[in-house]
Amino acid sequence: MLLIHCPYCEEDRSELEFRWAGEAHVVRPENIAAISDEEFAEFFFLRNNEKGLTYERWRHIHGCGRFFNAARDTVSDRFLMTYKAGLPKQPVPVAEKFAAIAEEKSVETWEQTEGDAR
Amino acid sequence: MSASSNSGAFRIKGAGRLTPARTARFTFDGNSYTALEGDTVASALLAHGVHLLGRSFKYHRPRGILTAGPEEPNALLDVSRDAARRQPNVRATVQEVFDGAKIASQNRWPSLKYDIGAVNDLLAPFFAAGFYYKTFMWPKEAWAKIYEPIIRRSAGLGVSPTEDDPDHYASRYVHCDVLIAGAGVAGLTAALSAAATGKKIILVDEQPEVGGALHYDASTTIDGQNGYDWAQATAVKLKAMPNVTVLTRTTVFGYYNHGFLGLVERVTDHVAKPSKDAPRERLWQVRTSKVILATGSIERHMVFANNDRPGIMLASAARNFLNHHGVTVGHNVGVYTAHDSAYEAAFDLKRAGVSIATIVDSRDKPGEAVLAEARKLGIDVLSGHAVVDTSGRLRINSMTVARNGNFDRRKIKVDALIVSAGWTPSVHLFSQSRGKLKFDEANQRFVPDVYAQNSVSAGACNGTDNLAELIDEAITAGGGRIALSGENRFDWTGGMIGAAEGAGPDHAVKAFVDFQHDVTAKDIRLAVREGMHSIEHIKRFTTNGMASDQGKLSNMHGLAIASEMLGRPIPQVGLTTFRAPYTPVTYGTLINHSRGELFDPARKTPMHALEEAEGAEFEDVGNWKRAWYFPKRGEDMHTSVSRECKTVRDVAGVFDASTLGKIEVVGPDAAAFLNLLYTNAWDTLKPGKCRYGIMTREDGFIYDDGVVGRLAEDRFHVTTTTGGAPRVLNHMEDYLQTEFPHLKVWLTSTTEQWAVIAVQGPQAREIIEPFVDGQDLSNEAFPHMSVAECTVMGVPARLFRVSFTGEVGYEVNVPADYGAAVWKAIWERAQSMGACLYGTETMHILRAEKGYLIVGQDTDGTVTPDDAGYGWAVSKKKTDFVGIRGLKRPDLVREGRKQLVGILTKDPKEVLEEGGQIVADPNQPKPMTMLGHVTSSYWSENLGRSIAIALVAGGRSRMGETLYVPMADKTIAVEVTDMVFFDKEGGRING
Amino acid sequence: MRKYSVFAIAREALRAHKGWEAQWTSPEPRSSYDVVIVGAGGHGLGAAYYLAKEHGITNIAVIEKGWLGGGNTGRNTTIIRSNYLYEESMDIYEHSLKLWEGLSQDLNYNVMYSPRGVMMLSHNIHDQQSFKRHINANRLYGIDNEWLTPEQAKAFVPVLDISKTARYPINGAALQRRGGTARHDAVAWGFARAAADRGVHIIQNCEVTGIRRGPGGEVQGVETSKGFIGAKKIGVSAAGHSSVVMEMAGVRVPLASNPLQALVSEPMKPIFPCVVMSNTVHAYISQSDKGELVIGAGTDQYNSYSQTGGLQIITHTLDAICELFPMFRRVKMMRQWGGITDNTPDRSPIQGVTPVPGLFVNCGWGTGGFKATPGSANLFAHLIARGEPHKLAAGLTLDRFRTGRLIDEAAAAAVAH
Repeated sequence: MLLIHCPYCEEDRSELEFRWAGEAHVVRPENIAAISDEEFAEFFFLRNNEKGLTYERWRHIHGCGRFFNAARDTVSDRFLMTYKAGLPKQPVPVAEKFAAIAEEKSVETWEQTEGDAR
Repeated sequence: MSASSNSGAFRIKGAGRLTPARTARFTFDGNSYTALEGDTVASALLAHGVHLLGRSFKYHRPRGILTAGPEEPNALLDVSRDAARRQPNVRATVQEVFDGAKIASQNRWPSLKYDIGAVNDLLAPFFAAGFYYKTFMWPKEAWAKIYEPIIRRSAGLGVSPTEDDPDHYASRYVHCDVLIAGAGVAGLTAALSAAATGKKIILVDEQPEVGGALHYDASTTIDGQNGYDWAQATAVKLKAMPNVTVLTRTTVFGYYNHGFLGLVERVTDHVAKPSKDAPRERLWQVRTSKVILATGSIERHMVFANNDRPGIMLASAARNFLNHHGVTVGHNVGVYTAHDSAYEAAFDLKRAGVSIATIVDSRDKPGEAVLAEARKLGIDVLSGHAVVDTSGRLRINSMTVARNGNFDRRKIKVDALIVSAGWTPSVHLFSQSRGKLKFDEANQRFVPDVYAQNSVSAGACNGTDNLAELIDEAITAGGGRIALSGENRFDWTGGMIGAAEGAGPDHAVKAFVDFQHDVTAKDIRLAVREGMHSIEHIKRFTTNGMASDQGKLSNMHGLAIASEMLGRPIPQVGLTTFRAPYTPVTYGTLINHSRGELFDPARKTPMHALEEAEGAEFEDVGNWKRAWYFPKRGEDMHTSVSRECKTVRDVAGVFDASTLGKIEVVGPDAAAFLNLLYTNAWDTLKPGKCRYGIMTREDGFIYDDGVVGRLAEDRFHVTTTTGGAPRVLNHMEDYLQTEFPHLKVWLTSTTEQWAVIAVQGPQAREIIEPFVDGQDLSNEAFPHMSVAECTVMGVPARLFRVSFTGEVGYEVNVPADYGAAVWKAIWERAQSMGACLYGTETMHILRAEKGYLIVGQDTDGTVTPDDAGYGWAVSKKKTDFVGIRGLKRPDLVREGRKQLVGILTKDPKEVLEEGGQIVADPNQPKPMTMLGHVTSSYWSENLGRSIAIALVAGGRSRMGETLYVPMADKTIAVEVTDMVFFDKEGGRING
Repeated sequence: MRKYSVFAIAREALRAHKGWEAQWTSPEPRSSYDVVIVGAGGHGLGAAYYLAKEHGITNIAVIEKGWLGGGNTGRNTTIIRSNYLYEESMDIYEHSLKLWEGLSQDLNYNVMYSPRGVMMLSHNIHDQQSFKRHINANRLYGIDNEWLTPEQAKAFVPVLDISKTARYPINGAALQRRGGTARHDAVAWGFARAAADRGVHIIQNCEVTGIRRGPGGEVQGVETSKGFIGAKKIGVSAAGHSSVVMEMAGVRVPLASNPLQALVSEPMKPIFPCVVMSNTVHAYISQSDKGELVIGAGTDQYNSYSQTGGLQIITHTLDAICELFPMFRRVKMMRQWGGITDNTPDRSPIQGVTPVPGLFVNCGWGTGGFKATPGSANLFAHLIARGEPHKLAAGLTLDRFRTGRLIDEAAAAAVAH
């Protein structure tokens, strides 16, 4: 069960209080009525599904009710940061990113090489 | 040697820590035995000389007790208190004896001593690893009909419980700073150190008392005391500290993400007469900042021919039974080892008066200190030798010994054989936390390397063997400043993994690697020969490590044999995955309170009890219990519903609509917001008026619907479907917070705040009029689709003039607390006027007679407003709303989409099955082309015939066409019609 | 390939099983192949097998970053059924079920297909409407699926609690008798052995790191941890990692990778005869031939490649199971694990051509990939060989997300109103 920091409540709370809300920074086109079928499919269906650093939204649904953004490593499930909705995509601190990538490299083939000596 | 007479002939006076005066009686396979309090089932039976406890999985070989702990693969028993409290697959080495326990062996027929299944042992040459993949294929049907049932019956171990579990289970959530798993020397020391920092500590151990290895290791002293005594004293000290919790009989079974761990505490399974209030087990869910892993290590067996006979046991287990339980495993004990630790077991037994036949050591050079001690005690040691065979059908009676590489054999009589191939660090929790291991080549073991979470390993689980180093490591792990000294008599050396000398050649012997699953060294070699080069393939092909002990003893041996066969070093062969739980966990514990009513609490309306009193039958709609119909005495559902339908249209009916979702939308931009969230236009709706709204998502399919009333310029009362309320609110919040944050709007769920009493029918106005103050109910002042704030019986109310029946209708919203009282008064008056109560079934029929759709029944997430015949509800003028673009996609505007229409059976008495499929040509061959399906279908008492709604391809252009609904036993002809079956002109709604 | 039979076993029993040959070999990769398939799960290995068997293409490599069959093939709860609603789904799952019925014989490998029946419990009127819609559609399509009363359901599964006082009483069930289970590892191994026998190279421990494309955008081969391997055609069948591999060719697919967990109990004597699923309480369960209760848990809510998930998912699954089968409350969980499922927006798979010439994709099987294994593999082989989909898989294209012609099995199950 994840431990998630709500940037509004400024507290670490259990995943049970939150609902995942998909990829972050997917902007609804202002002129949505005028976009092409391809553009619509991209907006509505296509997601990055990153292996590694991902930006996503959560809602503190059983808490303050606010939607917010998070940067998480989808390999280790470690949160690198959370920040309020409406803020632009936040760069992940370099040290954190390196840690995430190192972790990704070391855990990536976990299932096949678990227990491997290095 | 003298034995306590009633608690077993193998009990040694003066040995062990149990109190002879405190006894418990139990039965095993019908025979009665006396145990001492503190005995495990294993120690109690051994005290009586009982070694044969079970049969193995595949070959049904006789098996005894191999270990003294949770890693036990053999001694799995059926333990019961009474018929409903029966537990299969209980490890005899963990279960404490309680007075009155009824214990039985498993997987044998007709008896443990004479088991028919043992014929498999003779047929073993045919049952090599994976043999079942190569046969049982002819004839084709025979697998499922003949072979599989036989295999299923012979597999499995214990027998499932057959009754509901009368015990209850508890649950606790806890936060702490440091969780320490394991309370041996390392764990206790770490706890003392961590506790000194003032942090909140939880110390956990799976045994009834703390101490870990100190249970058997009688020669270690700590802080000048006997080790075990120090451990108990330390536990007392720790328990007295306000910042420390000590949990015994508690297993850390899972180490999950972000410092979350699962613990199971066994509360009453060892108690003869548990209090009724006490839970059987308790689940602890702990979130901690840091974990100290002090989980120790597990001794391995030696892999050699016939190494599985009852009486063959790990050296540490024998030492544990002696030093803790005061029980010897035999009178003439052999030792086969590759590690110094087994010597200490032999020394302890010898000093207790047990004869040691000989110590067979596979090493040419055993540790010098233990060798010297053996000489001093007069114990024979055969170094550079192997045990190459054993004999004894139900209990070992001899071991055959040969010098390594030599064919001269000699038989040595023994009544027990204790073995040790060395120690495997318990890295299960570390691996579950996703840490990375490294291989310690010198000691042939995996130890923690890279940590994935905030944890640290201390002691044997970290490969730290030396006592002084272990204590230092534990103190450092705890982060405090304490001083502690320890002393042990021997530093151990040695150890091996893989098959010992006596394990070959393949054609002749069974040298067991995994006892429970009967996996032998040759099975692993066979897997490699067959191309299984990944350790995961080998595991799955042989089932090595897949038994209920999950490979605690077998994994390293299997790996080493595979590595040798493959000619690749162990690290390159890899280790199979460690998965939670560390030891099996009862479902009931994981579930704890979440059963029965608490499994998924039912939502009930404020009028539920009154409806129940009126005889309502209820149906489940999402989490809600909704009144389904109100049968009078002697009525079945059909007659009840027909009466309700007639009465509503003839007089009136009262209906509980409280489950409808309700959302208060408030703010200066409320109308603008609804304009964006619904397909309809809302700015044109005047205060005091209602409008039916359709909501789509961006994809343009109907997501929800409901009536929205405008109470003021800046205030809307939105209703949603019963099941849709939470997701609609979430959907609205999502857009409000992230896409349209510039809009000044507040959203509040009011579903639970309002009780809603619908009164529908020609007499509806007359029924409610006397109760209403502050609103003129005349048609002119309050026509269809009006809303007003007024009082009802003096209670502040929101009154809607809406109809889901096609009759004059009102929905009285009052605060939930007043719901029952208002309902009661309205119903009393309605009843006196000849009206009825009606439930959801009648509601469904009446709305179907009028062709009103139900989202989720007539639509299914693939239906557009136009498909449903509600194209008019999609604003043509708005330049934006959620769904505006999705609706224009090629497939959503193509010809021939499925559309909602009415259908009438040619035979008016025929009621179609909801879900019936519709075809144009019922005589076409299968697979047929289906045009759509029946979404709603009812008997309409008001029309004296059946009616139905269907989604049909190109439906609206098929009016009058004859189509067919082919059923299993007949084909039903139907005609496509419009959806309004009753009062087509719609005059009744305006009264 | 030496044939497996009871006689072969008897022969080998007499010589300590020394004569068995490797089921597949581990060759070094050639410099190029006609077809490279990425992902040696059941779908990928099966596609290679059918390419060799039915389309005469044998110069194939199946490239796997781990060990063959180690992804979702080896982690699922092995349920097989074909009683889906939409024609596109029925086509592919029924095609698959028919292949299951003869797979052991075709591969000369006992995959233990066990048509013990898959029963889906109905708890309310909404379930009933939905199930009958399926049953009627299945019948007219020639697929078996039948409605049972609660009493009939209990007769089929004696341990079922059909009391009216249950939190969600059972008001009936849908049963597909031909549905059932199979031995998951054996499926991967059987396809691997049969494919290898026809000359297919199975290259394990080899990770694809890039897809090389020519001047016209067409595929030229894959970059791997063992170097460049040329390919005229590439078929991607990488389940939870499909997004990652397709991204290497610049193709975005509408997928979300979610953890899906499962668990088994300690082994017990036979108590549970078939597969039972309940959508309303979110649970499915069967008993393996070894005697373990095999229980599928839910999907964690977030995207992840971690192959782990939260304990709360497991506990919530078990409370549902024990509501249906109260006597299992004293049974113990022996092992839990996770896999990565690749889910599409409409919960139906994607199999088809891509904008990149020579690149074909088979993904998005979500939680239902195992049952589709032989069918999907068979049709994927057709797609790769012919360059266009078989008519049974024609609806599974990527393009449906542009046109809106979704195959929305999840929506068809609808929601409570």
